[in-house]
Amino acid sequence: MTATTATRRRRTFDRPVAALVAVALAAGIALLLLPLVGLLARTPWSRVAPLLGDPALRETLRLSLLVSLASAALSLVLGVPLAWLLARVSFPGKRLLRALCVLPMVLPPVVGGVALLAAFGRRGLVGAPLERLTGITLPFTTAGVVIAVTFVSLPFLVVTVEAGFLGLDARIEEAAATLGASRWTVLRRVSLPMLVPSLVAGTALAWARALGEFGASITFAGNLGGTTRTVPLAVYLELHRDPDAAIVLSLVLLAVSIAILVGLRDRYLGVGR
Amino acid sequence: MHVRFALLLLAFVGTTSCATGASAAAPRNELTVFAAASLAEAFEDVAIELERRHDGLEVRLNLAGSQTLAAQLLDGAPADVFAAADDVEMGRVVAAGRAAGPRSFASNHLVIAVEPGNPAAVTSLADLARDDLVVVLPTDAVPAGRYAAAALETAGVEVAPASLEVDVRSALGKVVLGEADAAIVYASDVAAVDGRAEAVPLPPDPGAGIGYPVAVVTDSRRPALAAEFVDLLFAETGRDLLRRHGFGAP
Repeated sequence: MTATTATRRRRTFDRPVAALVAVALAAGIALLLLPLVGLLARTPWSRVAPLLGDPALRETLRLSLLVSLASAALSLVLGVPLAWLLARVSFPGKRLLRALCVLPMVLPPVVGGVALLAAFGRRGLVGAPLERLTGITLPFTTAGVVIAVTFVSLPFLVVTVEAGFLGLDARIEEAAATLGASRWTVLRRVSLPMLVPSLVAGTALAWARALGEFGASITFAGNLGGTTRTVPLAVYLELHRDPDAAIVLSLVLLAVSIAILVGLRDRYLGVGR
Repeated sequence: MHVRFALLLLAFVGTTSCATGASAAAPRNELTVFAAASLAEAFEDVAIELERRHDGLEVRLNLAGSQTLAAQLLDGAPADVFAAADDVEMGRVVAAGRAAGPRSFASNHLVIAVEPGNPAAVTSLADLARDDLVVVLPTDAVPAGRYAAAALETAGVEVAPASLEVDVRSALGKVVLGEADAAIVYASDVAAVDGRAEAVPLPPDPGAGIGYPVAVVTDSRRPALAAEFVDLLFAETGRDLLRRHGFGAP
């Protein structure tokens, strides 16, 4: 009885507060929703089909698909061990490593691009010796775009999968260990199978972020049709030349992103469990 | 009760936005100059000169691509002076009645930007076709890219660029950072990077003279001051400053 009263209390607001909350809610939703409505209102529907058939635009879409899928795969390979380390092993400097893993989420992507140039550019820390030894340079290449977008999208996978690890019942892993399984066996046979939903969510989220990456990519890898011009770059360039084409491309990105997020059913960034 | 609070909040939001709107439209001692991005360094100096002549005056520069500035002006952005890198964009603003009497105050020309000391020994447009060079160009979505493409076509040179950069400063940036060996940019851009790149001159092409028009915005709240800014560009002081930043005579 007392418990029920307490719950009720917590659920009701004073009227003025309720009004303020209602206004804030409406404003918040409007801020997020109105730009999308605006985009739809501006869409030149009669030009959508012909524009999507344009060879240059298709080349851009094809490259974006290739780059984002390669990046998602790379994020999976690099991100799962990081997520495991952060969730299951204690070591000094763990907070620093976690901050490092999340940093690209809050860093302006252009800064990421500049930093990537400083590391992997022709004059970069790693880039200069790499060119001397192998003749390989990364800026202005498709591989360069994959590295740039992975720098930005990897954190989404790490954060999601780490939350997945933390949500697992550690006792099951401990039980497996007690029964003689090595750390590797526990990870492979016990943890990872239970983590499949988080892995799917993390990969999809990283993929969606990779698909939309602009700043790091254009700074590090430049812009050339068929090699480095992904959809967001094309949107930016077309905005000055043919705004209709920019809007149609934006619409494609928007549709894919919404499909991914809805498809994940709230299972991202450690929420919704 | 609900409604009253919502109204109160709306009224509050309304007044604050009106207040900020008013302060932007009627500055006490400010002159707002919309200028093409390539004019940045030169106009900063011109602004300092005008501020020196008027106690307490603050010249605010809004620097962006000419298309962006024209779009802002057509949307009603408050401004006093508009300087474009392109007659087309100025023409749009004049046609809409937001600026009047444009005059050309400076010119620019294309050069090949290379690393200091020209280590790749680039001497002409024809060199840009060499396959040992990483060449970047501005995209043809911006005027500089169209001029560059035209110059290459006139010279009969086919270049395989590593990248078509989103604007001319980004193209130059790739040379400054050492990622590209050469880029086609404006002479004034190379002058702006203080020796971190070197300009290889191109043969003068009568069709490639690039003019910069300036005009007073018709509904300027400081028309006299705006006219003075424009006059300064044509006076000896202004000419000197523009020349020092790599611009030619109109």
